[in-house]
Amino acid sequence: MNTDVQRHGWLYWQLSDAIVLTERALRHIPRNPELLIFSTIQPVMFVLLFRYVFGGAIKLPPGVSYVNYLMAGVFVQTVAFGSFTTGVGMAQDLQTGLIDRFRSLPMSRAAVLLGRTLSDLVRNTFTVGVMLAVGLLVGFNPQGGAAEIAGAIALLLLMSFAFSWVGATVGLAVRNVEAVQSAGFIWLFPLTFASSAFVPTSGMPAGLRAFANNQPITHIINAVRDWSLGVPVGSNGWLAAVWCVGIIVVFVPLSVRVYRRAALK
Amino acid sequence: MALEPNRPAISAVALVKNFGKTRALDGFDLEVAPGTVLGLLGPNGAGKTTAVRIFTTLLEPDSGHAEVAGLDCVRDAHRLRTQIGLAGQYAAVDELLTGRENLEMVGRLYRLTRARARERAIELLEQFGLADAANRTARTYSGGMRRRLDLAASLIVTPPVLFLDEPTTGLDPRSRLSMWDLIEKLRDGGTTLLLTTQYLEEADFLADRIAVIDHGRTIAVGTADELKRQVGGERIELTLARGSDLDAAAAALVPHVDGSVRIEAETRRLSAAAEGGARRLADVVRDFDAGGISIEDLAVRRPTLDDVFLTLTGHGAEETGEAEEAA
Repeated sequence: MNTDVQRHGWLYWQLSDAIVLTERALRHIPRNPELLIFSTIQPVMFVLLFRYVFGGAIKLPPGVSYVNYLMAGVFVQTVAFGSFTTGVGMAQDLQTGLIDRFRSLPMSRAAVLLGRTLSDLVRNTFTVGVMLAVGLLVGFNPQGGAAEIAGAIALLLLMSFAFSWVGATVGLAVRNVEAVQSAGFIWLFPLTFASSAFVPTSGMPAGLRAFANNQPITHIINAVRDWSLGVPVGSNGWLAAVWCVGIIVVFVPLSVRVYRRAALK
Repeated sequence: MALEPNRPAISAVALVKNFGKTRALDGFDLEVAPGTVLGLLGPNGAGKTTAVRIFTTLLEPDSGHAEVAGLDCVRDAHRLRTQIGLAGQYAAVDELLTGRENLEMVGRLYRLTRARARERAIELLEQFGLADAANRTARTYSGGMRRRLDLAASLIVTPPVLFLDEPTTGLDPRSRLSMWDLIEKLRDGGTTLLLTTQYLEEADFLADRIAVIDHGRTIAVGTADELKRQVGGERIELTLARGSDLDAAAAALVPHVDGSVRIEAETRRLSAAAEGGARRLADVVRDFDAGGISIEDLAVRRPTLDDVFLTLTGHGAEETGEAEEAA
Protein backbone atom coordinates (compact mmCIF):
# COMPACT_ATOMS: atom_id res chain seq x y z
CA MET A 1 0.00 0.00 0.00
CA ASN A 2 1.38 3.37 -0.94
CA THR A 3 1.62 6.26 1.40
CA ASP A 4 1.73 9.82 0.18
CA VAL A 5 5.22 10.52 1.44
CA GLN A 6 6.73 11.42 -1.90
CA ARG A 7 4.13 14.00 -2.80
CA HIS A 8 4.99 16.48 -0.09
CA GLY A 9 8.09 17.93 1.44
CA TRP A 10 9.66 17.46 4.85
CA LEU A 11 8.08 20.48 6.47
CA TYR A 12 4.60 19.53 5.28
CA TRP A 13 4.85 16.19 7.07
CA GLN A 14 6.32 17.69 10.22
CA LEU A 15 3.24 19.88 10.44
CA SER A 16 0.81 17.19 9.34
CA ASP A 17 2.09 14.78 12.01
CA ALA A 18 1.96 17.54 14.61
CA ILE A 19 -1.64 18.29 13.66
CA VAL A 20 -2.63 14.62 13.93
CA LEU A 21 -1.15 14.43 17.42
CA THR A 22 -2.57 17.78 18.48
CA GLU A 23 -6.01 16.53 17.45
CA ARG A 24 -5.37 13.40 19.45
CA ALA A 25 -4.49 15.30 22.62
CA LEU A 26 -7.42 17.69 22.16
CA ARG A 27 -9.79 14.74 21.98
CA HIS A 28 -8.48 13.73 25.41
CA ILE A 29 -9.69 16.93 27.04
CA PRO A 30 -13.46 16.30 27.10
CA ARG A 31 -12.87 12.59 27.83
CA ASN A 32 -10.88 13.34 30.92
CA PRO A 33 -13.19 15.95 32.44
CA GLU A 34 -11.69 15.47 35.93
CA LEU A 35 -8.40 16.90 34.75
CA LEU A 36 -10.05 19.87 33.09
CA ILE A 37 -12.28 20.57 36.08
CA PHE A 38 -9.51 20.40 38.66
CA SER A 39 -7.01 22.29 36.58
CA THR A 40 -9.63 25.04 36.27
CA ILE A 41 -10.87 24.97 39.86
CA GLN A 42 -7.38 25.36 41.27
CA PRO A 43 -6.65 28.78 39.73
CA VAL A 44 -10.21 29.94 40.46
CA MET A 45 -9.60 28.97 44.07
CA PHE A 46 -6.34 30.93 44.06
CA VAL A 47 -8.13 34.00 42.73
CA LEU A 48 -10.76 33.79 45.46
CA LEU A 49 -8.38 32.95 48.32
CA PHE A 50 -5.85 35.62 47.54
CA ARG A 51 -8.49 38.17 46.70
CA TYR A 52 -10.40 37.73 49.95
CA VAL A 53 -7.92 36.23 52.47
CA PHE A 54 -4.77 38.24 51.75
CA GLY A 55 -6.30 41.11 49.86
CA GLY A 56 -6.73 43.34 52.90
CA ALA A 57 -3.31 42.62 54.39
CA ILE A 58 -1.03 43.24 51.45
CA LYS A 59 0.41 46.73 51.03
CA LEU A 60 0.35 48.08 47.52
CA PRO A 61 1.32 51.31 45.81
CA PRO A 62 -1.51 53.82 46.36
CA GLY A 63 -4.29 53.73 43.81
CA VAL A 64 -3.94 50.02 42.90
CA SER A 65 -6.60 47.62 44.14
CA TYR A 66 -5.36 44.18 45.17
CA VAL A 67 -7.60 42.33 42.78
CA ASN A 68 -6.20 44.31 39.88
CA TYR A 69 -2.69 43.59 41.15
CA LEU A 70 -3.37 39.93 41.82
CA MET A 71 -4.88 38.84 38.51
CA ALA A 72 -1.66 39.04 36.52
CA GLY A 73 0.06 36.87 39.13
CA VAL A 74 -2.67 34.24 39.08
CA PHE A 75 -2.75 34.17 35.28
CA VAL A 76 0.97 33.58 35.06
CA GLN A 77 1.01 31.08 37.89
CA THR A 78 -1.77 29.08 36.29
CA VAL A 79 -0.05 29.02 32.94
CA ALA A 80 3.20 27.95 34.62
CA PHE A 81 1.44 25.13 36.46
CA GLY A 82 -0.20 24.12 33.20
CA SER A 83 3.21 22.85 32.09
CA PHE A 84 2.69 20.03 34.62
CA THR A 85 0.06 18.59 32.39
CA THR A 86 2.42 18.51 29.45
CA GLY A 87 5.01 16.65 31.51
CA VAL A 88 2.48 14.21 32.92
CA GLY A 89 1.15 13.54 29.42
CA MET A 90 4.61 12.76 28.07
CA ALA A 91 5.43 10.46 31.01
CA GLN A 92 2.11 8.68 30.50
CA ASP A 93 2.80 8.10 26.81
CA LEU A 94 6.19 6.66 27.70
CA GLN A 95 4.74 4.38 30.35
CA THR A 96 1.91 3.05 28.24
CA GLY A 97 4.19 2.23 25.31
CA LEU A 98 2.53 4.69 22.95
CA ILE A 99 5.85 6.43 22.41
CA ASP A 100 7.23 3.09 21.18
CA ARG A 101 4.39 2.87 18.73
CA PHE A 102 5.11 6.39 17.49
CA ARG A 103 8.82 5.73 17.23
CA SER A 104 8.26 2.63 15.14
CA LEU A 105 6.30 4.70 12.61
CA PRO A 106 7.86 6.61 9.71
CA MET A 107 6.78 9.91 11.25
CA SER A 108 8.32 13.10 12.60
CA ARG A 109 9.97 12.83 16.01
CA ALA A 110 9.30 16.40 17.03
CA ALA A 111 5.58 15.96 16.25
CA VAL A 112 5.03 13.92 19.41
CA LEU A 113 6.23 16.89 21.47
CA LEU A 114 4.66 19.54 19.29
CA GLY A 115 1.28 17.79 19.45
CA ARG A 116 1.36 17.90 23.24
CA THR A 117 2.58 21.46 23.58
CA LEU A 118 0.07 22.79 21.03
CA SER A 119 -2.89 21.04 22.61
CA ASP A 120 -1.82 22.27 26.04
CA LEU A 121 -1.72 25.76 24.59
CA VAL A 122 -5.37 25.34 23.63
CA ARG A 123 -6.24 24.04 27.09
CA ASN A 124 -4.39 26.90 28.78
CA THR A 125 -6.24 29.41 26.63
CA PHE A 126 -9.49 27.98 27.90
CA THR A 127 -8.32 28.07 31.52
CA VAL A 128 -7.13 31.68 31.23
CA GLY A 129 -10.53 32.57 29.80
CA VAL A 130 -12.33 31.01 32.77
CA MET A 131 -10.07 32.80 35.23
CA LEU A 132 -10.56 36.09 33.48
CA ALA A 133 -14.30 35.67 33.83
CA VAL A 134 -14.02 34.84 37.55
CA GLY A 135 -11.66 37.79 38.03
CA LEU A 136 -14.13 40.16 36.42
CA LEU A 137 -16.84 38.80 38.74
CA VAL A 138 -14.79 39.57 41.87
CA GLY A 139 -13.87 43.08 40.83
CA PHE A 140 -10.97 42.79 38.38
CA ASN A 141 -11.11 45.93 36.29
CA PRO A 142 -8.42 46.08 33.60
CA GLN A 143 -7.46 49.64 32.70
CA GLY A 144 -5.38 48.98 29.60
CA GLY A 145 -6.71 49.54 26.11
CA ALA A 146 -7.43 46.82 23.53
CA ALA A 147 -3.81 46.78 22.33
CA GLU A 148 -2.47 46.37 25.87
CA ILE A 149 -4.93 43.60 26.72
CA ALA A 150 -4.06 41.82 23.48
CA GLY A 151 -0.39 42.18 24.35
CA ALA A 152 -0.97 40.66 27.79
CA ILE A 153 -2.89 37.70 26.35
CA ALA A 154 -0.30 37.13 23.62
CA LEU A 155 2.46 37.11 26.22
CA LEU A 156 0.55 34.61 28.39
CA LEU A 157 0.10 32.27 25.44
CA LEU A 158 3.74 32.60 24.43
CA MET A 159 4.68 31.75 27.99
CA SER A 160 2.28 28.81 28.05
CA PHE A 161 3.94 27.39 24.95
CA ALA A 162 7.46 27.99 26.30
CA PHE A 163 6.75 26.41 29.70
CA SER A 164 5.08 23.41 28.07
CA TRP A 165 8.42 22.54 26.49
CA VAL A 166 10.06 22.71 29.92
CA GLY A 167 7.29 20.47 31.26
CA ALA A 168 7.74 18.04 28.37
CA THR A 169 11.47 17.88 29.02
CA VAL A 170 10.93 17.20 32.73
CA GLY A 171 8.26 14.59 31.97
CA LEU A 172 10.51 12.72 29.55
CA ALA A 173 13.52 12.90 31.85
CA VAL A 174 11.63 11.77 34.96
CA ARG A 175 9.42 9.25 33.12
CA ASN A 176 7.19 8.46 36.09
CA VAL A 177 3.81 10.16 36.29
CA GLU A 178 3.74 10.70 40.08
CA ALA A 179 7.37 11.81 40.16
CA VAL A 180 6.68 14.30 37.37
CA GLN A 181 3.99 15.88 39.52
CA SER A 182 6.28 16.16 42.56
CA ALA A 183 9.13 17.43 40.41
CA GLY A 184 6.81 20.09 39.02
CA PHE A 185 6.05 21.37 42.50
CA ILE A 186 9.74 21.58 43.31
CA TRP A 187 10.65 23.92 40.49
CA LEU A 188 7.37 25.75 40.02
CA PHE A 189 6.53 26.70 43.59
CA PRO A 190 9.70 28.68 44.29
CA LEU A 191 9.58 30.19 40.82
CA THR A 192 5.98 31.40 41.11
CA PHE A 193 5.98 32.44 44.79
CA ALA A 194 9.43 34.05 44.84
CA SER A 195 8.14 36.53 42.31
CA SER A 196 5.90 39.54 42.13
CA ALA A 197 2.85 37.29 41.67
CA PHE A 198 1.09 37.93 44.99
CA VAL A 199 3.12 40.59 46.80
CA PRO A 200 5.44 43.36 45.69
CA THR A 201 9.05 42.16 45.83
CA SER A 202 10.06 45.28 47.77
CA GLY A 203 9.10 43.59 51.05
CA MET A 204 11.36 40.56 50.49
CA PRO A 205 14.83 40.10 52.08
CA ALA A 206 17.64 41.41 49.86
CA GLY A 207 18.88 38.10 48.44
CA LEU A 208 15.43 36.80 47.68
CA ARG A 209 14.43 40.15 46.23
CA ALA A 210 17.39 40.10 43.86
CA PHE A 211 16.33 36.65 42.67
CA ALA A 212 12.66 37.57 42.42
CA ASN A 213 13.32 40.76 40.49
CA ASN A 214 15.45 39.06 37.87
CA GLN A 215 13.73 35.79 37.19
CA PRO A 216 11.51 35.27 34.13
CA ILE A 217 8.22 34.80 35.97
CA THR A 218 8.48 38.25 37.56
CA HIS A 219 9.22 39.90 34.21
CA ILE A 220 6.25 38.16 32.65
CA ILE A 221 3.95 39.01 35.56
CA ASN A 222 5.07 42.64 35.58
CA ALA A 223 4.49 42.97 31.85
CA VAL A 224 1.03 41.38 32.05
CA ARG A 225 0.22 43.51 35.08
CA ASP A 226 1.40 46.78 33.55
CA TRP A 227 -0.56 46.08 30.40
CA SER A 228 -3.71 45.19 32.31
CA LEU A 229 -3.34 48.21 34.62
CA GLY A 230 -2.71 50.45 31.63
CA VAL A 231 0.62 51.76 32.93
CA PRO A 232 3.83 52.04 30.87
CA VAL A 233 5.34 48.59 30.56
CA GLY A 234 8.97 49.69 30.31
CA SER A 235 11.64 47.01 29.92
CA ASN A 236 9.36 44.28 31.35
CA GLY A 237 7.66 43.70 28.00
CA TRP A 238 10.70 42.89 25.94
CA LEU A 239 12.51 41.14 28.83
CA ALA A 240 9.50 38.84 29.25
CA ALA A 241 9.36 38.11 25.52
CA VAL A 242 13.09 37.46 25.36
CA TRP A 243 12.84 35.04 28.29
CA CYS A 244 9.98 33.13 26.63
CA VAL A 245 11.73 32.94 23.27
CA GLY A 246 14.95 31.98 25.03
CA ILE A 247 13.19 29.14 26.88
CA ILE A 248 11.73 27.90 23.58
CA VAL A 249 15.10 28.07 21.81
CA VAL A 250 16.77 26.08 24.59
CA PHE A 251 14.04 23.61 25.49
CA VAL A 252 12.75 22.58 22.06
CA PRO A 253 16.03 20.97 20.99
CA LEU A 254 16.69 19.81 24.55
CA SER A 255 13.34 18.06 24.84
CA VAL A 256 13.79 16.41 21.44
CA ARG A 257 17.14 15.15 22.67
CA VAL A 258 15.72 13.89 25.94
CA TYR A 259 12.87 12.30 23.95
CA ARG A 260 15.37 10.39 21.82
CA ARG A 261 17.29 9.27 24.86
CA ALA A 262 14.24 8.49 27.00
CA ALA A 263 12.76 6.36 24.28
CA LEU A 264 16.00 4.46 23.81
CA LYS A 265 15.78 3.01 27.31
CA MET B 1 8.80 -2.48 -1.61
CA ALA B 2 8.81 -6.26 -1.98
CA LEU B 3 11.29 -8.39 -0.12
CA GLU B 4 14.06 -9.97 -2.17
CA PRO B 5 13.46 -13.72 -2.15
CA ASN B 6 17.10 -14.70 -1.66
CA ARG B 7 17.90 -12.25 1.06
CA PRO B 8 16.91 -12.77 4.70
CA ALA B 9 13.96 -10.61 5.66
CA ILE B 10 15.48 -10.20 9.10
CA SER B 11 19.10 -10.69 10.02
CA ALA B 12 21.30 -10.02 13.02
CA VAL B 13 25.02 -10.57 13.25
CA ALA B 14 26.82 -10.47 16.58
CA LEU B 15 24.49 -7.92 18.16
CA VAL B 16 25.60 -6.59 21.52
CA LYS B 17 23.53 -4.33 23.74
CA ASN B 18 24.33 -3.30 27.30
CA PHE B 19 22.11 -1.50 29.76
CA GLY B 20 24.52 -0.23 32.36
CA LYS B 21 26.21 -3.34 33.68
CA THR B 22 23.60 -5.71 32.33
CA ARG B 23 24.42 -7.29 29.01
CA ALA B 24 21.03 -7.81 27.35
CA LEU B 25 22.40 -9.08 24.04
CA ASP B 26 25.75 -10.79 23.90
CA GLY B 27 26.59 -11.64 20.30
CA PHE B 28 23.06 -12.37 19.13
CA ASP B 29 22.71 -13.90 15.64
CA LEU B 30 19.55 -14.56 13.70
CA GLU B 31 18.34 -15.06 10.16
CA VAL B 32 14.72 -15.21 9.03
CA ALA B 33 13.81 -16.12 5.45
CA PRO B 34 11.16 -13.99 3.71
CA GLY B 35 7.61 -15.23 4.10
CA THR B 36 8.38 -17.42 7.11
CA VAL B 37 7.50 -17.21 10.79
CA LEU B 38 10.28 -17.32 13.34
CA GLY B 39 9.47 -17.95 16.98
CA LEU B 40 12.01 -16.37 19.30
CA LEU B 41 11.75 -18.45 22.42
CA GLY B 42 13.29 -17.67 25.76
CA PRO B 43 12.64 -16.87 29.40
CA ASN B 44 12.14 -13.39 30.79
CA GLY B 45 15.30 -11.35 30.62
CA ALA B 46 16.85 -13.50 27.89
CA GLY B 47 17.02 -10.57 25.48
CA LYS B 48 13.99 -11.21 23.27
CA THR B 49 12.47 -7.78 23.69
CA THR B 50 15.83 -6.06 23.30
CA ALA B 51 16.33 -7.85 19.98
CA VAL B 52 12.87 -6.82 18.78
CA ARG B 53 13.49 -3.23 19.83
CA ILE B 54 16.69 -3.13 17.80
CA PHE B 55 14.99 -4.60 14.72
CA THR B 56 12.18 -2.05 15.01
CA THR B 57 14.64 0.88 15.38
CA LEU B 58 13.58 1.64 18.96
CA LEU B 59 17.07 0.86 20.20
CA GLU B 60 20.52 1.08 18.67
CA PRO B 61 22.91 -1.82 19.25
CA ASP B 62 26.27 -1.14 20.91
CA SER B 63 27.91 -3.28 18.23
CA GLY B 64 27.00 -5.80 15.58
CA HIS B 65 24.72 -5.42 12.61
CA ALA B 66 20.97 -5.74 12.16
CA GLU B 67 18.99 -5.60 8.95
CA VAL B 68 15.29 -5.82 8.16
CA ALA B 69 13.89 -5.95 4.62
CA GLY B 70 17.39 -5.27 3.34
CA LEU B 71 17.65 -2.02 5.29
CA ASP B 72 20.14 -1.28 8.04
CA CYS B 73 18.36 -0.84 11.37
CA VAL B 74 20.54 2.12 12.32
CA ARG B 75 21.53 3.87 9.09
CA ASP B 76 18.25 3.36 7.21
CA ALA B 77 16.03 3.55 10.28
CA HIS B 78 13.57 6.01 8.79
CA ARG B 79 12.99 4.06 5.56
CA LEU B 80 12.90 0.83 7.49
CA ARG B 81 9.94 2.09 9.53
CA THR B 82 7.79 2.05 6.38
CA GLN B 83 8.46 -1.70 6.05
CA ILE B 84 7.62 -2.95 9.53
CA GLY B 85 4.80 -3.31 11.96
CA LEU B 86 5.21 -3.77 15.70
CA ALA B 87 2.77 -5.07 18.26
CA GLY B 88 3.89 -5.69 21.77
CA GLN B 89 2.95 -7.19 25.08
CA TYR B 90 2.10 -3.72 26.37
CA ALA B 91 -0.66 -3.00 23.90
CA ALA B 92 0.25 0.52 22.83
CA VAL B 93 -3.17 2.01 22.31
CA ASP B 94 -4.44 5.39 23.37
CA GLU B 95 -6.91 4.71 26.17
CA LEU B 96 -8.84 7.90 25.65
CA LEU B 97 -9.36 7.43 21.93
CA THR B 98 -11.92 5.08 20.47
CA GLY B 99 -10.81 2.01 18.55
CA ARG B 100 -11.50 3.76 15.28
CA GLU B 101 -9.70 6.95 16.30
CA ASN B 102 -6.67 4.94 17.38
CA LEU B 103 -6.39 3.29 13.98
CA GLU B 104 -7.09 6.51 12.10
CA MET B 105 -4.37 8.26 14.03
CA VAL B 106 -1.81 5.59 13.23
CA GLY B 107 -2.97 5.54 9.61
CA ARG B 108 -2.43 9.26 9.26
CA LEU B 109 0.97 8.98 10.92
CA TYR B 110 1.76 6.40 8.22
CA ARG B 111 0.91 9.33 5.96
CA LEU B 112 -2.33 8.00 4.54
CA THR B 113 -4.85 10.63 3.58
CA ARG B 114 -7.62 11.31 6.07
CA ALA B 115 -10.16 9.48 3.92
CA ARG B 116 -7.90 6.50 3.31
CA ALA B 117 -6.99 6.25 7.00
CA ARG B 118 -10.67 6.16 7.88
CA GLU B 119 -11.42 3.49 5.28
CA ARG B 120 -8.52 1.37 6.46
CA ALA B 121 -9.54 1.74 10.12
CA ILE B 122 -13.03 0.48 9.34
CA GLU B 123 -11.65 -2.47 7.35
CA LEU B 124 -9.34 -3.49 10.17
CA LEU B 125 -11.94 -3.11 12.91
CA GLU B 126 -14.19 -5.41 10.92
CA GLN B 127 -11.40 -7.90 10.29
CA PHE B 128 -10.37 -8.00 13.96
CA GLY B 129 -13.86 -8.38 15.34
CA LEU B 130 -13.90 -4.90 16.85
CA ALA B 131 -16.55 -3.31 14.63
CA ASP B 132 -19.08 -3.24 17.47
CA ALA B 133 -16.59 -1.54 19.78
CA ALA B 134 -15.30 0.88 17.14
CA ASN B 135 -16.73 3.96 18.79
CA ARG B 136 -15.94 3.07 22.38
CA THR B 137 -12.81 4.41 24.05
CA ALA B 138 -10.06 1.83 24.36
CA ARG B 139 -10.09 2.06 28.15
CA THR B 140 -13.37 0.12 28.07
CA TYR B 141 -11.75 -2.72 26.11
CA SER B 142 -10.77 -6.09 27.58
CA GLY B 143 -7.14 -7.21 27.48
CA GLY B 144 -7.78 -9.34 24.42
CA MET B 145 -9.53 -6.53 22.56
CA ARG B 146 -6.66 -4.17 23.31
CA ARG B 147 -4.14 -6.62 21.90
CA ARG B 148 -6.23 -7.01 18.80
CA LEU B 149 -6.46 -3.26 18.39
CA ASP B 150 -2.71 -2.98 18.89
CA LEU B 151 -2.12 -5.68 16.29
CA ALA B 152 -4.54 -3.97 13.91
CA ALA B 153 -2.59 -0.73 14.34
CA SER B 154 0.59 -2.49 13.27
CA LEU B 155 -1.13 -3.70 10.09
CA ILE B 156 -2.43 -0.38 8.81
CA VAL B 157 -0.13 -0.42 5.79
CA THR B 158 0.23 -4.24 5.63
CA PRO B 159 3.97 -4.15 6.22
CA PRO B 160 6.04 -6.98 4.73
CA VAL B 161 7.74 -7.67 8.06
CA LEU B 162 5.87 -7.84 11.34
CA PHE B 163 7.24 -8.08 14.89
CA LEU B 164 5.05 -9.42 17.64
CA ASP B 165 6.54 -9.21 21.10
CA GLU B 166 4.83 -11.75 23.37
CA PRO B 167 1.48 -11.19 21.72
CA THR B 168 -0.36 -13.56 24.05
CA THR B 169 1.32 -13.01 27.42
CA GLY B 170 -1.32 -12.34 30.04
CA LEU B 171 -4.27 -13.22 27.81
CA ASP B 172 -6.99 -15.62 28.86
CA PRO B 173 -7.13 -18.90 26.91
CA ARG B 174 -9.94 -17.78 24.62
CA SER B 175 -8.24 -14.52 23.66
CA ARG B 176 -5.01 -16.43 23.15
CA LEU B 177 -6.65 -18.76 20.67
CA SER B 178 -8.21 -15.87 18.79
CA MET B 179 -4.79 -14.19 18.65
CA TRP B 180 -3.24 -17.41 17.30
CA ASP B 181 -5.93 -17.47 14.67
CA LEU B 182 -5.10 -13.93 13.56
CA ILE B 183 -1.39 -14.68 13.46
CA GLU B 184 -2.01 -17.77 11.33
CA LYS B 185 -3.97 -15.69 8.86
CA LEU B 186 -1.09 -13.23 8.59
CA ARG B 187 1.31 -16.10 8.04
CA ASP B 188 -0.91 -17.48 5.29
CA GLY B 189 -0.98 -14.02 3.74
CA GLY B 190 2.79 -14.15 3.24
CA THR B 191 3.94 -11.71 5.94
CA THR B 192 7.36 -12.40 7.41
CA LEU B 193 6.81 -12.66 11.13
CA LEU B 194 9.08 -12.58 14.13
CA LEU B 195 7.21 -13.64 17.22
CA THR B 196 8.67 -13.73 20.70
CA THR B 197 7.17 -16.00 23.28
CA GLN B 198 7.81 -17.81 26.52
CA TYR B 199 5.55 -20.65 25.51
CA LEU B 200 6.93 -23.63 23.65
CA GLU B 201 3.52 -24.75 22.48
CA GLU B 202 2.89 -21.32 21.01
CA ALA B 203 6.13 -21.34 19.03
CA ASP B 204 5.40 -24.94 18.11
CA PHE B 205 1.98 -24.07 16.74
CA LEU B 206 2.77 -20.80 14.96
CA ALA B 207 6.39 -20.83 13.90
CA ASP B 208 8.15 -22.41 10.91
CA ARG B 209 11.41 -22.17 12.80
CA ILE B 210 12.28 -21.53 16.40
CA ALA B 211 15.33 -19.77 17.78
CA VAL B 212 16.04 -20.31 21.45
CA ILE B 213 17.67 -17.35 23.16
CA ASP B 214 19.34 -17.30 26.56
CA HIS B 215 21.61 -14.72 28.19
CA GLY B 216 21.48 -12.65 25.01
CA ARG B 217 22.65 -15.36 22.64
CA THR B 218 20.96 -17.70 20.22
CA ILE B 219 21.64 -21.14 21.61
CA ALA B 220 19.63 -23.25 19.18
CA VAL B 221 17.75 -22.81 15.92
CA GLY B 222 15.54 -25.28 14.15
CA THR B 223 12.04 -26.48 13.56
CA ALA B 224 10.02 -27.46 16.60
CA ASP B 225 10.60 -31.12 15.82
CA GLU B 226 14.33 -30.64 15.48
CA LEU B 227 14.48 -28.94 18.85
CA LYS B 228 12.38 -31.59 20.52
CA ARG B 229 14.55 -34.28 19.08
CA GLN B 230 17.53 -32.50 20.66
CA VAL B 231 15.67 -32.52 23.93
CA GLY B 232 14.69 -36.12 23.46
CA GLY B 233 10.99 -36.18 22.64
CA GLU B 234 8.87 -37.74 25.36
CA ARG B 235 10.11 -37.87 28.91
CA ILE B 236 9.50 -40.25 31.75
CA GLU B 237 9.06 -38.51 35.05
CA LEU B 238 8.65 -40.24 38.38
CA THR B 239 8.44 -39.25 42.02
CA LEU B 240 9.74 -41.61 44.70
CA ALA B 241 8.11 -42.34 48.03
CA ARG B 242 11.45 -42.19 49.88
CA GLY B 243 14.35 -39.80 49.25
CA SER B 244 16.85 -42.45 50.30
CA ASP B 245 16.09 -44.45 47.15
CA LEU B 246 17.21 -41.66 44.77
CA ASP B 247 20.59 -43.11 43.75
CA ALA B 248 19.38 -46.67 43.41
CA ALA B 249 16.39 -45.48 41.41
CA ALA B 250 18.55 -43.42 39.06
CA ALA B 251 20.73 -46.43 38.41
CA ALA B 252 17.69 -48.62 37.77
CA LEU B 253 16.25 -46.07 35.36
CA VAL B 254 19.33 -45.65 33.15
CA PRO B 255 18.85 -48.76 30.96
CA HIS B 256 15.30 -47.73 30.07
CA VAL B 257 15.90 -44.14 28.93
CA ASP B 258 17.85 -42.10 26.35
CA GLY B 259 20.66 -40.07 27.83
CA SER B 260 21.18 -38.95 31.38
CA VAL B 261 18.75 -38.96 34.31
CA ARG B 262 17.87 -35.66 35.91
CA ILE B 263 17.59 -35.83 39.71
CA GLU B 264 15.74 -33.27 41.81
CA ALA B 265 16.47 -34.27 45.39
CA GLU B 266 14.07 -31.90 47.18
CA THR B 267 11.05 -33.14 45.31
CA ARG B 268 12.36 -36.76 45.09
CA ARG B 269 11.81 -36.56 41.35
CA LEU B 270 13.66 -38.28 38.52
CA SER B 271 13.20 -37.54 34.85
CA ALA B 272 14.80 -38.52 31.57
CA ALA B 273 14.18 -38.49 27.85
CA ALA B 274 12.54 -41.69 26.66
CA GLU B 275 11.18 -41.91 23.12
CA GLY B 276 8.12 -44.16 23.14
CA GLY B 277 7.95 -43.68 26.91
CA ALA B 278 4.60 -45.36 27.46
CA ARG B 279 5.89 -48.72 26.18
CA ARG B 280 8.93 -48.53 28.44
CA LEU B 281 7.01 -47.72 31.60
CA ALA B 282 6.06 -51.32 32.32
CA ASP B 283 9.73 -52.34 32.37
CA VAL B 284 10.62 -49.45 34.65
CA VAL B 285 7.91 -50.39 37.11
CA ARG B 286 8.97 -54.05 37.11
CA ASP B 287 12.62 -53.19 37.81
CA PHE B 288 11.69 -50.76 40.54
CA ASP B 289 9.45 -53.37 42.18
CA ALA B 290 12.24 -55.92 42.05
CA GLY B 291 14.60 -53.40 43.69
CA GLY B 292 12.09 -52.55 46.44
CA ILE B 293 11.84 -48.91 45.33
CA SER B 294 8.34 -47.58 45.80
CA ILE B 295 6.97 -45.00 43.37
CA GLU B 296 4.59 -42.27 44.43
CA ASP B 297 3.80 -40.82 41.01
CA LEU B 298 4.65 -41.76 37.47
CA ALA B 299 4.09 -40.00 34.13
CA VAL B 300 5.10 -39.72 30.51
CA ARG B 301 5.02 -36.19 29.18
CA ARG B 302 6.00 -34.00 26.23
CA PRO B 303 9.09 -31.84 26.64
CA THR B 304 8.50 -28.33 27.93
CA LEU B 305 10.45 -25.13 27.53
CA ASP B 306 12.14 -26.08 30.78
CA ASP B 307 13.39 -29.32 29.27
CA VAL B 308 14.67 -27.49 26.20
CA PHE B 309 16.53 -25.13 28.48
CA LEU B 310 17.90 -27.79 30.76
CA THR B 311 19.15 -29.76 27.84
CA LEU B 312 20.58 -26.83 25.92
CA THR B 313 21.96 -24.76 28.76
CA GLY B 314 22.10 -26.93 31.83
CA HIS B 315 19.79 -24.60 33.75
CA GLY B 316 16.05 -24.19 33.95
CA ALA B 317 14.18 -21.40 32.23
CA GLU B 318 13.01 -19.95 35.54
CA GLU B 319 16.47 -19.42 36.96
CA THR B 320 17.39 -16.88 34.31
CA GLY B 321 14.11 -15.05 34.43
CA GLU B 322 13.22 -12.05 36.53
CA ALA B 323 10.87 -13.79 38.92
CA GLU B 324 7.98 -13.96 36.48
CA GLU B 325 6.41 -17.11 35.16
CA ALA B 326 8.68 -18.77 32.64
CA ALA B 327 6.91 -21.70 31.05
